[in-house]
Amino acid sequence: MSHILEVKDLTLHYLTRFGQKIHAVTDVSFTMKQGEILGIAGESGCGKSTLVNGLMGLFIPPLYPTSGDVLVNGESLMNRTPQDIRVNVLSQKVSMIPQGAFNALNPTRKIKDIAADVMAAHSENKSGNKNEIYERLRERFDLFGMETERILNAYPIQLTAGERQRSVIGISTLLNPKVVIADEPTSALDVTTQKVVIKMIFDLLEKNIFSTMIFITHELPLLRHVAHNIAIMYAGEFVEYGTAVQVVHDPRHPYTKALMGAMLSADANQKNKKPTTIEGAPPSLAKKIEGCRFAERCPSARPECRSKGQNLRMVGERLVRCDYAE
Amino acid sequence: MRSNVVFSAKNISKYFGHGKKIVCAVDDISFDIADGEIVSIVGGSGCGKSVLAKIMLGLYSPDRGTFLYKGKPIVDTRDHWNEVQSVFQDPFGCFNQFFSIRTQLKDAFGILKNKPSKQEIEQRVDEALLAVNVKPADIEGKYPFELSGGQMQRMLLARIFALKPKVLIADEPTSMVDACVRANILDYLMKLKESLGMTIVFVTHDIGLAYYVSDRIFIMHESKIVEAGKPEDVTQHPKSEHTIRLLEDIPDINREWIKK
Repeated sequence: MSHILEVKDLTLHYLTRFGQKIHAVTDVSFTMKQGEILGIAGESGCGKSTLVNGLMGLFIPPLYPTSGDVLVNGESLMNRTPQDIRVNVLSQKVSMIPQGAFNALNPTRKIKDIAADVMAAHSENKSGNKNEIYERLRERFDLFGMETERILNAYPIQLTAGERQRSVIGISTLLNPKVVIADEPTSALDVTTQKVVIKMIFDLLEKNIFSTMIFITHELPLLRHVAHNIAIMYAGEFVEYGTAVQVVHDPRHPYTKALMGAMLSADANQKNKKPTTIEGAPPSLAKKIEGCRFAERCPSARPECRSKGQNLRMVGERLVRCDYAE
Repeated sequence: MRSNVVFSAKNISKYFGHGKKIVCAVDDISFDIADGEIVSIVGGSGCGKSVLAKIMLGLYSPDRGTFLYKGKPIVDTRDHWNEVQSVFQDPFGCFNQFFSIRTQLKDAFGILKNKPSKQEIEQRVDEALLAVNVKPADIEGKYPFELSGGQMQRMLLARIFALKPKVLIADEPTSMVDACVRANILDYLMKLKESLGMTIVFVTHDIGLAYYVSDRIFIMHESKIVEAGKPEDVTQHPKSEHTIRLLEDIPDINREWIKK
């Protein structure tokens, strides 16, 4: 298999108490090769985090898979029990870097104990010698260029935000996963710390500690530098999928254009440019939507957009879900 | 010195801890902020910018130096808060989850010395909600957890709008929300400033945002203000090495940022 990760028409839904189905992710497909970083961007509530759960094969009610398949190295993650996923998939094949590093670390335990727990929980050999595990941890943290001894013996509260985030990344990649999913790993950090964390991620990828990465954020300028390919998500669908340069410098879908317009920068010519806002809210996904999902907020919507569904098509060497994009 | 100075700080310092573990959060800072000005305080995490904001709010008093609000030291915080209000990073932390939003917007008037009549409060809450583009009927009987982050941030702004303060201290008001909501919030904030003629102190780590909104930028690094000036000067011709570093670290789409 040349593809590390293959997602085929993945559709996921939440089942509410009243038996209502909410399709949070609809028909998402993409493939990832060795060494690739895919960036996924979109506003809050567009289904990014639901997609992450789906990619880990972790279907905890009320989240259920509707259809589609996720393959890691040709092995399907669908229709497996949470227990099976936890022991055989998480941390070894697919691993996740959570959003808030501080909330992800147990405040009453040292970093080395948290890491030892993760190793024990996700590997078959549960009766590992503690010193052996610590030894492996030390080797791994030395790779990161951090003060190994101090960090391993510290409680989370004694570390700075950047150190905490780097520790979390270190712990998430301990068992050399194939796919790492980073859900907004740097949005709580300042720009300087953010750069340090991104450098570490590149370093790990170069040292082949993990093979591919999915980087989720809403900062498109950051994705331009981090990701090779970018997918823009809106209301559970990919609306544009192309290389980082294509999507950021030459957006084609109206939603991507609007997102780029909302960015602020310290550029000289930016001062007089007012950031554009997208009025309104994304549509409710509880009902089936007939037409284009962005039609209600689209500045260039036509009357037929509200009734006719849009499909992904090739526009300027990338995929765009809009019949009128040029 | 101009006569209409709102905040005036002279060599203020603030320390935490004691003995060997003493930490200096604000180190010998002096500045003046004029009436109607928008000033941004920019710096990385842990540089002391939030402590400075809390000094302005009267939540901390400086250990050394003098800090004056309109020529007088802050003695009674309750009096101070009649005129100086704040917006914080996490809107969910600023509202009580057990009371409806409208109740809390009305309760906010309790801080004012001359509490308006019940009728006037209702009217001012309605006005404030309309100012942030929310129909009063939409949040009738709603609780904080029923709204999204962007909507809650707008409720915080509505609270400010209802109270009509003279000075607003905004401590990272947009770092929790995504980019389109951020533009939206800034829009309302600017509208607020125009209609009330407020002085705004913006605390942020995003120099791009500071450049967009402010009249003056202070760059903070390790408890000191290392550079202060007009946004154009600070971003285009930075003098301090810390400012240059801060500008370099922003992921800009037109510039090489990091080697892939």
